[in-house]
Amino acid sequence: MTLERFLIIGAILFSIGIYGALSKKSAIAVLMSLEIMFNGISLSAVALSRYTVPYALSSGVDSASKFLLTGHIFTIFIVTIAAAEVALGLAIIIAIYRSRRNILVTEATEMRK
Amino acid sequence: MNLGTGTEEAIIVEIVFWVIALCTIISAIAVVQVRDLFRASLFLIVTFLGIAGMFILLRAEFLAGVQLMIYVGAISVLIIFAILMTRDIDDGNPSHGFRLPVAIISLVFMGIAIYTVSQTEWPLLASQSLSPDQISQSKAVFENTIPDTARMLLRDYVLAFEAVSVLLLASVLGALALVRER
Repeated sequence: MTLERFLIIGAILFSIGIYGALSKKSAIAVLMSLEIMFNGISLSAVALSRYTVPYALSSGVDSASKFLLTGHIFTIFIVTIAAAEVALGLAIIIAIYRSRRNILVTEATEMRK
Repeated sequence: MNLGTGTEEAIIVEIVFWVIALCTIISAIAVVQVRDLFRASLFLIVTFLGIAGMFILLRAEFLAGVQLMIYVGAISVLIIFAILMTRDIDDGNPSHGFRLPVAIISLVFMGIAIYTVSQTEWPLLASQSLSPDQISQSKAVFENTIPDTARMLLRDYVLAFEAVSVLLLASVLGALALVRER
């Protein structure tokens, strides 16, 4: 039950993020929901790497440490890419705000026409 | 049975876990439900702090520090700045008309995910046949994860590490080009 409860909390966070990302009009709220989704995923990755035994380890490879911390590496890359994504996303939001005076995702439809 | 010296059986750890889990989920719901965007961003910081606490419970102290520095320290400040710079559009945090179908979709997804998680046979340590040598090695890894994380990051995943640094540089240049006054 110790692994499952972390994974269930990760799944709940991911679903809340899906709800926010799909139902919000403000672009900043969509970005914040994306951050919640990223956090759910990294929680699941760290919990899996803490409690489960990698296949390579149970089939008898010597260097255990090489496979045990894959979830940690995943989380480091997720955090880095989330930082890059937020910097770019907020720059795009500021640029949209300068030209149109609002940041609603339902209003930015120039590329559709 | 766990990899590494666990504190999982102690009752105080259970209490701390459930308090953190409750705070995290309630503040995540508040992020998508609160009407004021600024308050939603403050609840987002509480969610990030809760995830950092979860990382400490999972014995990933380095990741908890990374979470605190990057999410709580940098990303939330960026989001708050963006909210304050776009402050004069005063219509809060509105949802559009697809709110109910989206809520149903995300609830269905949550149900499927929780069902799958609880039905899967996870390859836990108790169900695997490992040699005592491997078990002691795994315990040593989770005693202090930082040396092994550094070894993996700078040896096995060094190509991805360098690619991410190029990505960060590109995103900084892109952000500067986007917000530059013409």
